[in-house]
Amino acid sequence: MTDERIKQISKFRRAMIRPELGAIAGAILVFVFFMMIAGDSGMFSPKGIQNWTVVSAQFAIIAVGASLLMIAGEFDLSVGSMIGFAGIVIAILSVQWGWPVWAAIMTAFVVCIALGALNGFLVIKTGLPSFIVTLAFLYILRGMTIWLSITTTQKTIIGGVKQAAEGDWLAPLFGGTVLKGLFQWFADMGMLDTFTRGNRIGQPVVEGVPMLVVWALGLIIFGQWLLTKTRFGNWIFAVGGDPQAARYVGVPVNRVKMLMFMFTAFTATVFATAQVMEFGSAAADRGLLKEFEAIICVVIGGALLTGGYGSVVGAALGALIFGVVQQGLFFSGAESSLFRVFLGTILILAVILNTYIRRMITGER
Amino acid sequence: MSTPLIEMRDIEKHFGAVIALGGVSFDVNAGEVHCLLGDNGAGKSTFIKTMSGVHKPSKGTILIDGKEMNFKSPRDAMEVGIATVYQDLAMIPLMSVTRNFWMGNEPIKKFGPFSTMDFKKANEITMVEMKKMGINLREPGQAVGTLSGGERQTVAIARAVYFGAKLLILDEPTSALGVRQTANVLANVDRVRSQGIGVVFITHNVRHAMAVGDRFTVLNRGKTLGTAKRGEITPEELQDMMAGGQELATLEGSLGGTV
Repeated sequence: MTDERIKQISKFRRAMIRPELGAIAGAILVFVFFMMIAGDSGMFSPKGIQNWTVVSAQFAIIAVGASLLMIAGEFDLSVGSMIGFAGIVIAILSVQWGWPVWAAIMTAFVVCIALGALNGFLVIKTGLPSFIVTLAFLYILRGMTIWLSITTTQKTIIGGVKQAAEGDWLAPLFGGTVLKGLFQWFADMGMLDTFTRGNRIGQPVVEGVPMLVVWALGLIIFGQWLLTKTRFGNWIFAVGGDPQAARYVGVPVNRVKMLMFMFTAFTATVFATAQVMEFGSAAADRGLLKEFEAIICVVIGGALLTGGYGSVVGAALGALIFGVVQQGLFFSGAESSLFRVFLGTILILAVILNTYIRRMITGER
Repeated sequence: MSTPLIEMRDIEKHFGAVIALGGVSFDVNAGEVHCLLGDNGAGKSTFIKTMSGVHKPSKGTILIDGKEMNFKSPRDAMEVGIATVYQDLAMIPLMSVTRNFWMGNEPIKKFGPFSTMDFKKANEITMVEMKKMGINLREPGQAVGTLSGGERQTVAIARAVYFGAKLLILDEPTSALGVRQTANVLANVDRVRSQGIGVVFITHNVRHAMAVGDRFTVLNRGKTLGTAKRGEITPEELQDMMAGGQELATLEGSLGGTV
């Protein structure tokens, strides 16, 4: 028995109301576009691919945290400042104080996750919008970072982390590369270019998969699984959709929000640690504007700013679009300031599309 | 007569200097629909929130199956089988029917250390339970936002019953609905009663109350104006009690008695 008033919806329309749709279409468009204008610039050579993959992975790491938090109905504007803060904490502890790098990294994680918890606690206890609470932390943490850096070293850039990290067991988990053997094999089989000169002659141009990319993939898979397959994921949707309704059926709303703030802080620290290990230094201005870039990735990925709807895979695709465009403009020799013009434009388009999709889902007119 | 499912004795609730409830007594038996009527501001909401553990009473006792209870949170009330369906907070429109139905009670499947939500089971049961209530879902993954107001109330009622509610509190389930949807919801209330569940039906619509109620209690300005059994009271008398008598009588006169 079927109800004649319920229209059968087409497969196409059902596909349309997936949150990732816009991001999938966007990613395809972006790839086609840069294949056309920058196809011969080396953007799609192994080295070029590595270049934009790493940039996209960086965005993806913070976008995973930001997407889960946004679906749970909150923002974190302190992500960028936290990246700078975590980096400086690692550098000061390891280089200035001579701590082992693993201890410095762990301390940075503990401190940042605690700060994430503080963000969450203030939002929950005061009932203020997370926009305001985390905006305050955007300033507090950035100021603290610069102050800490200057009072301990008279500089805003602290180098020497690479030397300190030599032989450390935890540092390679953030700064190393994996699958080196496989890439060497690719090179030996002639499937990958090798250096033809210099002291690395015979080695492949791309050494392996950077740990940054492994972290990004790991976090995306974990985030997507958590959100769509687990009980906790259902709570994330519920908390963002309507906290009061969720509370009435026994969902621990405050705990979910708190954990999401902490998880966002965790992703910011992963980003910071990987960056410090890659550059061998920390700088007080690192992570500037990253909070907004993370939010843009998430929105391109189909999440609603009001919470309760979105996708981790979508946010990751948003990060991919971000990385490809930023590096693609560089490869195609375009003026890099155009990147921001593009960002603003795609943000508006994404929000319009999301609003339309939401109307389709809820049947509003 | 057997022990009531729930008995509220001389419940008082003060918010600062405001006395929201000034000694309300109320009870519900299994398999009975007890209607709680009252105009806006009469204290209905405060009263049911006390019953469902949202508010702690300032004075008075709550007895469940004859045993005294102290609810610290809605969770405590839920554990003894009290389920509340709120008028506007019943469902989350952006989530699927399945996700809404199981919200807070998700079925779990374990893979070693990992536990995931058992969507297969959840979807199947949701479809079956919806069908029992007369709702044909296109698919369990359909967003609740696509359902009508009456269907949303029905999903919420089905959810409460499925999760073993002994006492179902319905907060104005029909006040925003059309005629047909109201009839459906009332029919479902009747179905729930026949399963032996006690129902508290909050409304300010006398006709909806008369349609399903076994007993009627009228609240006015934080006090009960008495309880009447079905057949002992006319709709007009109920209406008068709700409005506090006289003012409405004059109003009704000028409107031709149709309010």
